[in-house]
Amino acid sequence: MRGLDLEYMLGLVPVIAGYIPLTLAIAALAMLLALVLAVALAVERVARVPVLDALVLLFISFFRGTPLLVQLFLFYYGLPQVLSFLTAIDGVTATIMGLTLHFAAYMAETIRAAITGVDRSQWEAAQSIGMTQVQMMSRVILPQAARTAAPTLVNYFIDMIKATSLAFTLGVTEMMGATQKEAAGSFLYFEAFLVAAVLYWIMVEALSQLQKRLETRLNKAYAR
Amino acid sequence: MIRIEGLTKRFGETTVLNNINLEIEDGERVVIIGPSGTGKSTLLRCVNFLDRPDAGRITVGAVTVDAAHSRKREILALRRATAMVFQNYGLFANKTALENIMEALVTVQKRPRQEAEQRARDILSETGLSDKADNYPASLSGGQQQRVGIGRAMAIGSELMLFDEPTSALDPEWVGEVLDLMRSVAQKRQTMLIVTHEMRFARDIADRVLFMDGGRIVEQGPPEQVFDAPQDARLKRFLSRVAG
Ligand SMILES: Nc1ncnc2c1ncn2[C@@H]1O[C@H](COP(=O)(O)OP(=O)(O)OP(=O)(O)O)[C@@H](O)[C@H]1O
Ligand SMILES: [Mg+2]
Repeated sequence: MRGLDLEYMLGLVPVIAGYIPLTLAIAALAMLLALVLAVALAVERVARVPVLDALVLLFISFFRGTPLLVQLFLFYYGLPQVLSFLTAIDGVTATIMGLTLHFAAYMAETIRAAITGVDRSQWEAAQSIGMTQVQMMSRVILPQAARTAAPTLVNYFIDMIKATSLAFTLGVTEMMGATQKEAAGSFLYFEAFLVAAVLYWIMVEALSQLQKRLETRLNKAYAR
Repeated sequence: MIRIEGLTKRFGETTVLNNINLEIEDGERVVIIGPSGTGKSTLLRCVNFLDRPDAGRITVGAVTVDAAHSRKREILALRRATAMVFQNYGLFANKTALENIMEALVTVQKRPRQEAEQRARDILSETGLSDKADNYPASLSGGQQQRVGIGRAMAIGSELMLFDEPTSALDPEWVGEVLDLMRSVAQKRQTMLIVTHEMRFARDIADRVLFMDGGRIVEQGPPEQVFDAPQDARLKRFLSRVAG
């Protein structure tokens, strides 16, 4: 039993915190791409385009049914072997790809449920004024579905921030990778990873606060 | 000119509309009455293809759609030539009263925003709701929501306005204001096809009353004739029931 080396921990905070921007950038970019893909997948699930529907179901099933870590290795180590033009794919790109596809599969289901939850009267009113499918989706249905889906989607963003730590297994020096290097130099593993844990925790807590505010605002929307 | 020819609609085994034929003159106000479940709503919903007819042809002004070979483009054109007022209002929940009225003008008719907004404001003032322009539907009374619904249909300037029991979902206190607004629409010689259970209103406003039963138009004529000298036994029974 030994005491914590607090001085070491304090010194480590700025070092590891310096990687927060990278972590957030990876998560934000992946989230943005995942949202776009998830909306497309969800709209297809609702519209049920023949053939395409089977492919979308397969996609969702695969990316929900296999571990994220396996998917990341598949992209990073596997893909360049079968797709020769990808001679090498860098770790950050592979991470963003993996997070995007993995989380899009989950978010598609959330968005699909939100779309089908929009009252039938809204679809019919949109059709009755002669809107095209695209106009109906973009002007009426998706904005209303977004309101329902938003809190759950923020949860996925929080999961995604934590999942960026897996990038370290692809050789990316992000928060986790940096911590690992520091710990390997000092042998103070407990201190180093405790600092990393607390920093992740603070990020997630900050987001949870934002989420609460978002929810209050969403509940008030349309009620004026 | 509105023409409905050989309109037939089935839900599974049941034939809900049985070979309906109907012509409506420009500016004519036609009211449909009849017992519950006889296909009145379905008729209106087939006219703009919210329900897809199994057979028949619908002509509204320059647009004709044949159920046998309807194309997406034709159906859109038909819907743009008509406007529908729903029993449950059907206002876009994510848009304010003003935006609800503007929506078709901006998105469907591609009019400049400013022009659309001006028109929407004019219509809001006609419906007596100028002070509610920025309210979302959830904060309006049923009567106010339905007046916005009628305003949205008015804005489109369509060939034919369809009303499916526009006052049935309302608390009695709001019915009068909605009927008043419909009267003022009728005064502009807007072609209207109205399903309603408000018999006095029907008598006041209609050029022609249709009585439907069992998916057919059983009897029709000017309101005095249909209400005061009904021929068909089913119509007589229906009228004695709604009067009593
Ligand atoms: N989507 C549907 N699927 C199956 N049956 C339906 C559907 N819509 C309507 N029907 C049936 O078609 C018949 C006619 O319905 P419709 O709503 O047109 O009647 P209505 O004359 O408008 O009645 P009400 O006065 O009660 O509004 C009813 O028997 C109804 O149950
Ligand atoms: Mg009905």
